Amino acid sequence: MEQYLYLIPALPLIGFLVLSLAGKYLSRNFIAGIGAGSVCVSALITIILGVRFLQSPPGTVYTQLLWHWFLTGHLSADLSLRIDALSLIFICIITFIGALIHIYSIAFMRNDRDYARFFASMNLFVCAMLLLVMADNLVLLYLGWEGVGLCSYLLIGFWYETPANYRAANKAFVITRIGDTAMIIGLFLIFKELGTLYIPDILIQSTQHFNSGSATITLIALLLLSGGIGKSAQLPLQTWLPDAMAGPSPVSALIHAATMVTAGVYLISRMHTIFELSPLAMHVTAVIGAVTLFMAGCSAMVQTDIKRVLAYSTISQIGYMFLAMGVGAWSAAIFHFFTHAFFKALLFLAAGAVIETLHHEHNIFKMGGLRKEMPVIYYTFTIGAAALAALPLVTAGFFSKDQILWYAWSAGGGHPALWALALSGAFITAFYSTRLILVVFWGDMKTTPGHLPSGIMTVPLIILAFFSIAGGWIEWPHNLLHISLFSEQVQQVLPVTQLKPHLPEEIVFQLIAVVVSLFGIYTGYALYYRQSELMTLWRQSANVMTVRNFLLNGWRFDQLYDTLLVRPFLFITRINKSDVTDKLYTGIADIHLQLNKLFSFFQNGSLRWYVAGVLIGILFIITLQLLL
Amino acid sequence: MILIWMICILLSGGILCWLTAQRLPLLAKWIALLTVIADMLIACWLFRVYEAFPDNTSWFINYQANWIPSVGISFHVALDGFSHLLLLLTFFLGILSVLCSWKEVREKTGFYFFCLLWSLAGISGVFIAMDLFLFYFCWEIMLIPMFFLIVIWGDARRRYAAYKFFIFTQVGSLLMLLAILALYFIHGRQTGNYTFDYFGLLHTVTDGATAKWIMLGFLFAFAIKLPVVPFHNWLPDAHSEAPTAGSLLLAGLLLKTGAYGIIRFVLPFFPEASVSIAPWMIFLGVTGIIYGALLAFSQTDLKRLIAYTSVSHMGFVLVGIFSFSNIAMQGVVMQILTHGISTGALFVMAGMLKERLHTRDITQMGGLWTSMPALGGVAILFTMASAGLPALGNFIAEFFILLGAFAGNPVFSVIATLGLILSALYSLRMLQKVFMGQQTVTVPVKDISTREFIIMAALSISIVILGLFPQPVIDTVRHLSTIHPSIHE
Repeated sequence: MEQYLYLIPALPLIGFLVLSLAGKYLSRNFIAGIGAGSVCVSALITIILGVRFLQSPPGTVYTQLLWHWFLTGHLSADLSLRIDALSLIFICIITFIGALIHIYSIAFMRNDRDYARFFASMNLFVCAMLLLVMADNLVLLYLGWEGVGLCSYLLIGFWYETPANYRAANKAFVITRIGDTAMIIGLFLIFKELGTLYIPDILIQSTQHFNSGSATITLIALLLLSGGIGKSAQLPLQTWLPDAMAGPSPVSALIHAATMVTAGVYLISRMHTIFELSPLAMHVTAVIGAVTLFMAGCSAMVQTDIKRVLAYSTISQIGYMFLAMGVGAWSAAIFHFFTHAFFKALLFLAAGAVIETLHHEHNIFKMGGLRKEMPVIYYTFTIGAAALAALPLVTAGFFSKDQILWYAWSAGGGHPALWALALSGAFITAFYSTRLILVVFWGDMKTTPGHLPSGIMTVPLIILAFFSIAGGWIEWPHNLLHISLFSEQVQQVLPVTQLKPHLPEEIVFQLIAVVVSLFGIYTGYALYYRQSELMTLWRQSANVMTVRNFLLNGWRFDQLYDTLLVRPFLFITRINKSDVTDKLYTGIADIHLQLNKLFSFFQNGSLRWYVAGVLIGILFIITLQLLL
Repeated sequence: MILIWMICILLSGGILCWLTAQRLPLLAKWIALLTVIADMLIACWLFRVYEAFPDNTSWFINYQANWIPSVGISFHVALDGFSHLLLLLTFFLGILSVLCSWKEVREKTGFYFFCLLWSLAGISGVFIAMDLFLFYFCWEIMLIPMFFLIVIWGDARRRYAAYKFFIFTQVGSLLMLLAILALYFIHGRQTGNYTFDYFGLLHTVTDGATAKWIMLGFLFAFAIKLPVVPFHNWLPDAHSEAPTAGSLLLAGLLLKTGAYGIIRFVLPFFPEASVSIAPWMIFLGVTGIIYGALLAFSQTDLKRLIAYTSVSHMGFVLVGIFSFSNIAMQGVVMQILTHGISTGALFVMAGMLKERLHTRDITQMGGLWTSMPALGGVAILFTMASAGLPALGNFIAEFFILLGAFAGNPVFSVIATLGLILSALYSLRMLQKVFMGQQTVTVPVKDISTREFIIMAALSISIVILGLFPQPVIDTVRHLSTIHPSIHE
């Protein structure tokens, strides 16, 4: 099996090459076949690989060396793939969900002018993300990492003629680049300290080389964390993600569910040894996660663009994953990534279908009453939203989020404050999920739907909806059922979550979480279905509207960065456009020109001037003679 | 002997072009093309010599003939892996420069190709000369034809640009000449053997202060060529006014002679002095990276923008050289090759756009991806190369340089790394202004022709291959670690 590993990233890469080089000569069906087919075959290979993997003894690692990339001195990196349980989970999600999104796109993008370019970029995106999670050294990981950045740029700016779109694309690339740069400095530091960039070696050597909590290891961990923050859109580098929904909806699904934003989660969990050696970095991770999940959740509550609601909810959910990793609940973080991928892909694809049907209408308050018109979309979207809201026991989101809530208090790095933030996040999530469903699908119809989505679009939704429910059943809370298929696999690679001593009963936390989620749902129902008077009261209050606008603009981070960074930068570059050092040389040239003018004034052809000059000269010499 | 032939082929090819162009301009073009291709084939054939050589780390071709024996000047040329790579780059970009002049040059075709080929001859001479007098001679030979290329076939402000280019480089050259003479006389007085030979002068004993001054003479010439901020001002003017092939040669090759000179002459001749000046050089390199990038961001002239990115990228070269790290040094060689290819490609692209739109002003462009999808794709590839995207050659170069420099100079290396963010900024701005947005140009523009496709395909393939299989290059220049005593693994 090992010798076929390369096919998993190679097939999408071949798809990319064929489509980008020969795309304009191919028919639409052929393009769709190549584009979606390559990822589907990758997904099939992954499933076969996964089945083999489950049958093999624990701790199995598949590796394949493709070629030696470079070797100079101690520095070496190979194009070499490595799969363990952690990467396998990521590969499964990337290829499986990627394949569903590709299939959906066949119909969704059917009438687009640049059909081939779309599938080419999507294939490259999948390929880059696969390389990222399959890399056995940090340089190859960085290759995938930057490749993901490039593809997100290409796809967010896919409709490049609209300024808002290419601005969003630029923003995504630049902001994630800031994180990437911190990360590559982390790589330099790792190499300086350990002399290797091979991931398994780093993990082994770092425990021997560093003392727990030493300054260097903390610095390395924080630098890697910055990389993760950039890609995973966490505070303070989260501002690119809400704008990133400028791309086509399948792209958003791919970015939010299968690729890109989960890269940070992968990086941190992959380098977990380094983080565990630095308690400070772990705390920072947890706090960033907790604050991000709360702030993004607040913003999601007031958004009016359906995709922006989902975008903020992604930031918030990734915040949960960061929180879990920060408190040391590694498998809970990965489990939440796993379930989140299904329901977030589902929500974006369903939202895309709604937007298409309503003639590119994004504003949720211009939707409504779609429950009867598009039942399949309605039911699948509701399942997705329920999973997002963590509806107890019947949705996958519950099982993963419940674990995180519990560990936010009880795990080694847990803290009541983290738990409180996470719990308020749970309330907010339940609230805005309900709001979304009620506003979009219930009430009166405000826009007449056009063509309903075809079967090729709805089938992926149904599959995703199935997993949004059933995906959680492979891992139950310990006190309810002894099923822990997921964490058994993850804990081959990642450490088991350590609990604090003297804890209250887990069931108490679960009940609180359930009550809070249900209360969130009820609040949404009360405010948006029953049209309570509170809403009209708020709409008239200036203070409430100020807060609303503040949240609507994502806590005004954009304005902050604009004032602090963008404008000074533009100012500096603008005033120095003609290069101030050039003044020095033009100055030298000017002095020579002036001297030239001066001396040419004396050489004027007038005999009197020359005679005078000669006389002055003679006088000068005689005076010198007399004086000396 | 084969090396002499390579130069002679170029020189005589140039004369032939000049003679035939009056009657048969097409023939002159073909002669020029075949001349460079012939040299390229010879350079490729040299691989066999290289591989047959038992110790593939040193000079595998060494040829010496008397020239002016009375003052110790000989015709000494030699080739090691480093020079060989540079020769390959020279002929590769030479072929492309002939190809991209195919339609662009309409008047004085013969003299144009004469200048082009003679300039190439001078550049290849610089890379193989092992006699300091011969080196200086070639250094001047490459300069004068390039001056004509700019002043005759350049754009509106070509006279200003050409004079500026000439004066800047000439000031450097003269200082270098003084330094060469000083070295010649000191060595002669010490040993009684007056010679300009590289290996003869290599171990001249000079005391600290003298060594420093002589080194500065060399360094000044190379720093202007490289260019090092604040001696870079000739570059944006020359690059933007030159014809496409001129910009290609300037960015791809002429700048590299500066880097080559530092590695070949400054470090081995003045090991202590170069260590003592290293912090300043690294500082200037980092300044160049940031300053060049900031300037590139604000430009509205496409070719000027690309020219400033060169300033930024050459800062990496300076940082790499003076980090005295083996990894960084290999990164420098990679940067020399990959920057030649990627920036060359961007200049060719700018030339293509100018041919179609008759402007270099990016504020007048926009939305060109729609009508030129292929060129847009190529542009993304090379701007991403320029922004240091992995899997493309430039990444390997910058990664090696920064990683190598980090061990000794973490602070400067970190500041230099910030250049990666700036490079993303100016790259994206360029792509956006030219290719994104609504199409503003009203004239119908054609996508790339077959000839242009060949040029771009050759450049694209080589940048990807260098990014994915850099090991042959690394192996070829492994011996550079012995060039300077303080370079460490």
